[in-house]
Amino acid sequence: MMHMAEQAVPRPVRVPVYLDYQATTPTDPRVVEAMLPFFTERYGNAHSEHRYGWEAEASVNVARREVADLIGAPQEDIIFTSGATESNNLAIKGLAWAYKGHRSHIVTVVTEHKCVLESCRRMQEDGFEITCLGVDGDGLIDLEALKAAIRPETLLVSVMAVNNEIGVIQPLAEIGAICRERGVFFHTDAAQAAGKIPLDVEAMNIDLMSISGHKLYGPKGIGALYVRRSKVRLRPVIDGGGHEHGLRSGTLATPLCIGLGAACRIAGEAMEADASHLRRLADRFLDRVLADVPDALLNGHRMQRFPGNMNLTFRGVDGNRLMAELRELAISSGSACASATDEPSYVLAALGLNDRDIHSSVRIGLGRMTTQGEVDFAADTVVRKLSGIQRTRV
Amino acid sequence: MPRQHIYLDYNATAQPRPEAVEAMAEVLATAGNPSSVHQAGRRAAAALSQARDRVAAFAAVPARAITFTSGATEANNMAILGAPQTRLIISAIEHDSVREPARRSAKPVSEVAVTGEGVIDLAALETALGESDEPALVCVMAVNNETGVIQPIAEVARLVHDHGGTLFCDAVQAAGKIDLAPITANADMASLSAHKFGGPPGVGALIVRCDDGSRRPLVTGGGQERGLRAGTENLPGIAGFGVAAELAARELRQASRIVELRDALEHAILEAAPDAVIAGRGAPRVGNTSCIAMPGMPAETQVMAFDLAGFAVSAGSACSSGKVRRSHVLSAMGYDDETAGAAIRVSLGWKTEADDIAAFLEEWTRQYGRAQGTASERGAA
Repeated sequence: MMHMAEQAVPRPVRVPVYLDYQATTPTDPRVVEAMLPFFTERYGNAHSEHRYGWEAEASVNVARREVADLIGAPQEDIIFTSGATESNNLAIKGLAWAYKGHRSHIVTVVTEHKCVLESCRRMQEDGFEITCLGVDGDGLIDLEALKAAIRPETLLVSVMAVNNEIGVIQPLAEIGAICRERGVFFHTDAAQAAGKIPLDVEAMNIDLMSISGHKLYGPKGIGALYVRRSKVRLRPVIDGGGHEHGLRSGTLATPLCIGLGAACRIAGEAMEADASHLRRLADRFLDRVLADVPDALLNGHRMQRFPGNMNLTFRGVDGNRLMAELRELAISSGSACASATDEPSYVLAALGLNDRDIHSSVRIGLGRMTTQGEVDFAADTVVRKLSGIQRTRV
Repeated sequence: MPRQHIYLDYNATAQPRPEAVEAMAEVLATAGNPSSVHQAGRRAAAALSQARDRVAAFAAVPARAITFTSGATEANNMAILGAPQTRLIISAIEHDSVREPARRSAKPVSEVAVTGEGVIDLAALETALGESDEPALVCVMAVNNETGVIQPIAEVARLVHDHGGTLFCDAVQAAGKIDLAPITANADMASLSAHKFGGPPGVGALIVRCDDGSRRPLVTGGGQERGLRAGTENLPGIAGFGVAAELAARELRQASRIVELRDALEHAILEAAPDAVIAGRGAPRVGNTSCIAMPGMPAETQVMAFDLAGFAVSAGSACSSGKVRRSHVLSAMGYDDETAGAAIRVSLGWKTEADDIAAFLEEWTRQYGRAQGTASERGAA
């Protein structure tokens, strides 16, 4: 491996180094370029009956196809939303409201994003029963436990594709096959997965999928929900003019739709290159840090993971001290949503980590724009700051 | 191809302000999630807070009253579906994004009539309020999107509050056209949309003056916006919203330029076509909107013909376009199907010039002449 210590002289990198690609990604300059004309010259309302409107509508539909192509879906099954949080809300609440009285049970996983768990909790108030599957020490669900959890009254299984805190990939195709066989709907929160790993709604038997713009180098404020409309009924969460087949009302934000489309197209084209870039950088970082920092552990399955998401525990290092020592790295101690509060990560807790180890953990996220110089700087910083640090006994 | 492109559909979406686009482009070029605690996150949080202050100043409310949303449709849904009140009263001219959630709320909804000029009937409102002792959520828009008629929000609020009710005011078409202060000082809640006054699409706000904690969120999850609206904030959009709000507030004083153009247009049309109808002309209106019925000519035909000639106007609101549907606003004002079906909306904005209006008038008169010709041929046959 070519990571000799004498080469680890800090290169000219911009500090703090941005390593928080799971919180949000920079918008790809090509995406920004695609969006800008729709703010300035081509500003029409896509619902207007004149050329400004038709032009906007045609462009939105190109974007819709670009989103659909990324996940092997027909374009008419893509609903634009304001982001993955809304998509997850619409998928879970919308489905539950539509089938209330017919089915009454939802299966999800303890490591899901907060907005999935919150939406399920909300449906509990409407009489739905929720089964929250646990995960093993690697963060993966047990397919036998899933099979056992599905009952005749089960409506939905909601399992995220790539976990936002630890990057593990759940076995989507196997889950989809089980759901199809048992006649329940399968929703996956693919906010961290779309554009990063191959997804195919047909091969994986996915009925609903949530996508976020700003997690795949697109803009904030836009997302999509794939809905297998031939099979799935939904009630809208946001009602009004009847846009998006009545599933999501509100003037379409044309520039944002264009941005999401461009981001999906680029991600589809760049997926292999992005993945090998990230694998190489992640291996380089982990080889160095796991070897040189005592008691450093990678959380989550070692192989079945998205390489750009590395959650590490530095056992015995106090959490506040850890963040202070690594302040030259823009990283996160959990999900961005939870970092304003100081709650210990429920995802790491589900893997079996104790509170102290959870507080000694950080998420380091790499992305398309991350350079080898930045990764070396990060590895060097981690090794330098943490190798000799005073540790509490664990 | 038409030789000109004249945009007169600002109530559907306004041409974005270059300054707002610039602010957005700047934020788009930088990464950062306002919920993250590192430097990029803090910078994003600071931009978010600056934009919130700007929108708050524009709406004359404290910053904490602002909840950013994906647009006014979401804000209207939040206001209605999140309300603790057990009954609803809405005016007959509300936007679909108010009518639909009201219908779906599974609560009893009373609809309050408007006068022939499109102003809410205050006596009818009082009757509706008195129908039950249960406090009501009352939805009355500040300015109608199709006619531009301004509703008497202060009087409405007095009645609503006398009856222990809560007033929600869709202020989307008021923003940038009239001062928001008298609206937000009287209504308990209001909604705004950035793209209607020169900001970007995809962002809006719900204003809640006194949050007593009894409201329920619509989209739940990450706890953003103090738990009222989950989801990573659309930071570039919000930054653009802030800049557009600041510009709009500054330029309210210049609104007289637009009124003069609009009034001159209406005057000339009525002069040329004494049988033309301008809906709500006798009521207080915002200065940019004109709802004009050209007798005998279906609105869809007019919109197509105007488009071919290079003018963007609309038949009713953009939201219901695509489906040819009679305007519920004009029928609430008592217009028959024929007149309502012949009405187009012309809406001016910050980039509209006198030449644009002169050209539009010329085209309108030409179409009117054609309609007259067809009518007399038909009469002769």
